[in-house]
Amino acid sequence: MSEAAKPAADIHAYLAELEDIPGTRVYTAARARKGYHINQFAMSLMKGENRERFKADERAYLDEWPISEEAKAALLKRDYNTLLDLGGNVYFLSKLFSTDGLSFAEAVSTMTDMTFPEYRDMMLKGGRSPEGNRSIKGGY
Amino acid sequence: MARLTAGVGSSHVPLLGVAVDQGKTGDDYFGPIFAGYEWTREWEKAEKPDVVILVYNDHASAFDMKIVPTFAIGCGERYKPADEGWGPRKVPDVEGHADLAWHIAQSLILDDFDMTIINEMDVDHGLTVPLSMMFGQPETWPVKVVPLAVNVVTYPVPSGNRCWALGEAIARAVASFPEDINVQIWGTGGMSHQLQGPRAGLLNREWDNKFLDMLESDSDAARWIPHIEYLRETGSEGIEMVMWLIMRGALGKKVKTLHRHYHIPCSNTAIGHIVLEPAD
Repeated sequence: MSEAAKPAADIHAYLAELEDIPGTRVYTAARARKGYHINQFAMSLMKGENRERFKADERAYLDEWPISEEAKAALLKRDYNTLLDLGGNVYFLSKLFSTDGLSFAEAVSTMTDMTFPEYRDMMLKGGRSPEGNRSIKGGY
Repeated sequence: MARLTAGVGSSHVPLLGVAVDQGKTGDDYFGPIFAGYEWTREWEKAEKPDVVILVYNDHASAFDMKIVPTFAIGCGERYKPADEGWGPRKVPDVEGHADLAWHIAQSLILDDFDMTIINEMDVDHGLTVPLSMMFGQPETWPVKVVPLAVNVVTYPVPSGNRCWALGEAIARAVASFPEDINVQIWGTGGMSHQLQGPRAGLLNREWDNKFLDMLESDSDAARWIPHIEYLRETGSEGIEMVMWLIMRGALGKKVKTLHRHYHIPCSNTAIGHIVLEPAD
């Protein structure tokens, strides 16, 4: 007889914990489904000819994609926190930062409550502390 | 038979590649980061590995959301640097070792790891930045590379335990490869960093160093660190450290630390680097 299979991990408890981190949108399957076309749109900007077409008329380029009006508005505004809520993933959204000529750090700073110089200064001083930033429910 | 002689852990921050490509590695910002790799660059010159099994993650370059393989192994002859939105890095093409890669792929599948096999892909900063850190700017890379891509972006990513076990299986596969070649395994990514949301910029020097201590020890406790701990303590992108466990798992129970380096910050990220050799 072989050993009995191990019980499966509790996927519901696992996913619930991922939502308990302050200021963080973990890229779960639910977000990946919701944001699929946002991310595939961003991916299309890897090609030079697409970047040119997008820059020439952003709205018209976005209209070629099955993306919600809310997501299109967030993309036009470069509202990255809303895009994370709508299932965008930062590695895909980074194709939009680089199309805009923004460094990763500058684009990331727009998701915080700091200006880019303030954010850069925080990083030089050792970054954001995990203290108080680990758990919403636990508050530690 | 092939020999797995060492393991290397290293961050793969894209800005490090920019620093190398633009000749800024000695300036005030990058100098202290690159100084911590000087020992390794000399050591690699002496070691002359034939092949590096390079564990990394693709950052929406070769793979998009159409296909998300958990563990994928490159079995091709060569790979070009990817265009990540600002043109490909001007670094040499990466030469594969198709014989070893196919041997490892076949061995892993028979060892219950259901690998995805890749014959053609471009490789992004996750793979080329560690090569630049270890070898500088040669005309051709002095090693062949077996790329091993891990999904650390779409959840659930593989567990630490599964990564460690994959490393153990890779070591068994290398040991049964009939050519007498010198093989290293590198785990890349990390250390603490978060690139998204209002919590972006989180770094955790204490946790990162505890993780490095665990890799140096005889214990395999690090394989049991749950995803939620990486996320809470090291930021959403700190999860990349599970890839270091594949490297550590391949080295056996006991290791000797040859070199260790830690620096904060590089862009949004804490830089970590370690060189280990098997000591069983």
